[in-house]
Amino acid sequence: MAVTRSEPIKTGDFDVIGTSPVRHDGVDKVTGRANYGADIHLPGMTHGLVLRSPHAHANIRSIDTSKAEALAGVVAVITGADFPDPGEHMTKAGEGGAQSIINKSADILARGKVHYQGHPVVAVAAKDLPTAEAALALIEVDYEVLPTVMTVQEAIADGAPIIMAELRTDEDGAELEGETNISEHSVSEEGDLGAGFAEADVIIEAEFNTSTVHQGFIEPMNGTAWWREDGTVDIWGSSQGHFGIRGEVSDLLLIPVSKVRVMAMEIGGGFGGKTTSYLEPLAAVLSRKSGRPVKMTMTREEVLKATGPTPGTWEKVKLGMRKDGKITAAHVILYFEAGGFPGSVLGAGVITALSPYALENQRVDGYEVLVNKSHTGAYRAPGATMSEYAVETVVEEACEKLGLDSMEVRLMNASKEGDMRVDGLPFPKMGTVETTQAIKDSDHWKTPLAPAAEPHLKRGRGLASGYWMNGGGMSSAQAIVNEDGTVTLREGSMDIGGTRTSIAMQLAETLGIAIEDVHPVVPNTDSIAFTGITGGSRTTYATGYAAHLAAEEVLEKMVAGMAQVWDVGKEDVDYENASFAAGEESATFKEAAALLDDANLLVTGSSSIAPNRPGPAIAVQLVDVEVDTETGKVEILRYTAAQDAGIAIYPPYVEGQIQGGVVQGIGWALNEEYWFDDDGRMRNSSLLDYRMPTAPDVPMIETIIVEVPNPGHPYGVRGVGEVPIVPPPAAIANAIYDAIGIRMRELPMSPARVVAALEKAKNGAG
Amino acid sequence: MAAELVAGKTVVSTTINGEPLEIVCEPRESLLEVLRDTLHLTGAKEGCNNGNCGACNVILDGRLVNSCCVLAVEVKDGEITTIEGLATAEGLHPVQEAFLEGAALQCGICTPGFIVSTKALLDKNPNPTETEIRYWLAGNLCRCTGYDKIVRAVQAAAKNLSGGN
Repeated sequence: MAVTRSEPIKTGDFDVIGTSPVRHDGVDKVTGRANYGADIHLPGMTHGLVLRSPHAHANIRSIDTSKAEALAGVVAVITGADFPDPGEHMTKAGEGGAQSIINKSADILARGKVHYQGHPVVAVAAKDLPTAEAALALIEVDYEVLPTVMTVQEAIADGAPIIMAELRTDEDGAELEGETNISEHSVSEEGDLGAGFAEADVIIEAEFNTSTVHQGFIEPMNGTAWWREDGTVDIWGSSQGHFGIRGEVSDLLLIPVSKVRVMAMEIGGGFGGKTTSYLEPLAAVLSRKSGRPVKMTMTREEVLKATGPTPGTWEKVKLGMRKDGKITAAHVILYFEAGGFPGSVLGAGVITALSPYALENQRVDGYEVLVNKSHTGAYRAPGATMSEYAVETVVEEACEKLGLDSMEVRLMNASKEGDMRVDGLPFPKMGTVETTQAIKDSDHWKTPLAPAAEPHLKRGRGLASGYWMNGGGMSSAQAIVNEDGTVTLREGSMDIGGTRTSIAMQLAETLGIAIEDVHPVVPNTDSIAFTGITGGSRTTYATGYAAHLAAEEVLEKMVAGMAQVWDVGKEDVDYENASFAAGEESATFKEAAALLDDANLLVTGSSSIAPNRPGPAIAVQLVDVEVDTETGKVEILRYTAAQDAGIAIYPPYVEGQIQGGVVQGIGWALNEEYWFDDDGRMRNSSLLDYRMPTAPDVPMIETIIVEVPNPGHPYGVRGVGEVPIVPPPAAIANAIYDAIGIRMRELPMSPARVVAALEKAKNGAG
Repeated sequence: MAAELVAGKTVVSTTINGEPLEIVCEPRESLLEVLRDTLHLTGAKEGCNNGNCGACNVILDGRLVNSCCVLAVEVKDGEITTIEGLATAEGLHPVQEAFLEGAALQCGICTPGFIVSTKALLDKNPNPTETEIRYWLAGNLCRCTGYDKIVRAVQAAAKNLSGGN
């Protein structure tokens, strides 16, 4: 790991920030003691299962649950009729854009129609799982099976089967007439495209398709609920935001949020896929109906068929470049799958598509299209990986046509502070140039690619950039000074990968105490103020900001308290170098805590804020590949990932985010895809057939942390979690081109596709 | 002693983490179900329930197994080590230390499986190469780390266990 800092954020070094303490929750996680949602056992607990649609598109003529209800050991059976009409408004939870609560309710449990294979139709709770399984087998559902649409091309074709008869296209704010599968068409434009293309010396036009992929977290969804006789309900689950789950359960069941308490369980991965509820509302209604605690967990097959995934896309790019490398204009058209209900990550795909570059003339059209797949969700930098894959390969192609070094073209066109993003917002300070330069200065870039050992093996090198805007949003933290001078930090962000520590480190830095003296906890939703989901790369930024402000309040109160203890004026007490002083008197932080305790002066500090200057993240990545031209297999030989982290609070975990994001991107690039049969049934719904990268598939991932401090945060933090997944598909596509001279315009670039492309090129040439 | 049937259930004598005990289970129940739901040893995780993810790894008679793919009745007279059996009153197992020190976990759900798998590897092969480590761990899926820090933690644990050589 190398670190290059563009400038000092403040004079003097940090004491805690930038160090590598052992994470606070680490021991529980290496001993198996950490409690995840599925680890819950409650007295009298029953087990719930979901009957799911075997059809990808069908009307439900009737449901007969009588035999299931009569089965001994069954405690509750529910259908869509057990949910109230929630009234029309938008849900707030989730990174994948807002969703109509009416649609959410119909997605949770079908109302008269199933939109995808795996759509929940009935839920059952029974004394044990075998009884629940037997009950599902007794339920009779009469379906009228309908023709399906599985790709955006099919869904927008004339005469395509319509998934939602009531859907109308939102045409850039206006409602179009007539039935459609297109839920939205947005237009974002800056400058004059015609003039820009007229100025270009080369114009590249290309089309791309990317497959539906899954977030692939290792912990399946789960939800356990215990409804009390007084109308309150406790919920355990696996979520990136327990307040989001509280809000959805409240919205769906029309009960006050104060009656819903969601526990902060450990979460076994999410990557954007656990920003909304699936089982929790079902478990809650089953528990209300039965009076028993109900636990539900999904099988892997259910996870793959009926949660997430992230959209497959069809994309068109037209890009003009001048001989000197200046990009004169770019027009991107994105078609994103929404899945069976409207609401998708399209908006983020639009914003990010062209954002590594400063463009005077740019336009992005975004279409969101319903298809008979599970409602799509966010997946790490949602939307950006697909849209930037297309643009980043076209930029390389334009450079190749003009005989230009793409590294220099990237530096020349790099987006900088004040340049206009396609949606008309100026970019804040960000490290596009610095991060690109870091790759240019890397050992990897300077080391020529060694030739392959065999003639059928071809090697190539590829470069790509990624932009992600990062998120802010609401966060809460409370610091409690204990009598021995240790500090309990309560913070509202679900910890998905070390943020308890990265937030605690900011508190410790501000307080001037050791990280070991801070004990961070994530309380349930009754025990800390609202905090948004852990998503959008917002947690270390926003909740860390809240922790810093809570620490400042603590210091202010401790200074006042010490003034009282020492009987001096507040203005006479200083706090420097972790020590309070006034005249002859002095006390370390711990001594002060004891003195304040003796004086019955309890000190807490808290903050609930919504910081809105998260500062964009930039990733630039370089990859060497070896293509086996006989099998089509692409081997990753070397991978270097540079990223602007603002200031890296907790470097080993910044590095871990980069490495993890890169490997997910490698999976997306080379292997991962949903396969459907002609009737819209998923054919690869296991972790054997949905092929995510394993340890032997990848090399070590070299990282370069670039630090261009974010002026929108007291310690310069930028979110780091999402952007590293953006460049890999484009970088690998560019490397494959360098190896075999073929532009791969479809993801994944699986062995079969590579072999087919090689065959086509051979036949075309022959 | 032959397994005896008690009201459709079978009593199985086995040893888990050094402690001899009797499990009462149904013939259909997997070892993973019994560990998690009957014995409340929830360190082994269910990620797929068909042997593809390794989150439920335990060591059975010296052999690494996916406990979701072993029937509980099969562990009669067996010796099982789960993640709960690695740390002692003296502290963490060196593999656990290495994962902690090396930041080799993020969400932590796959971590028990990786640690048990690593112990099984180092029991057999105290000085594995990077390639041997990666292939041994091919049955353990991690979606967070990209494997880099996990492989390095295994290397560090191997070094520590073999006395720094």
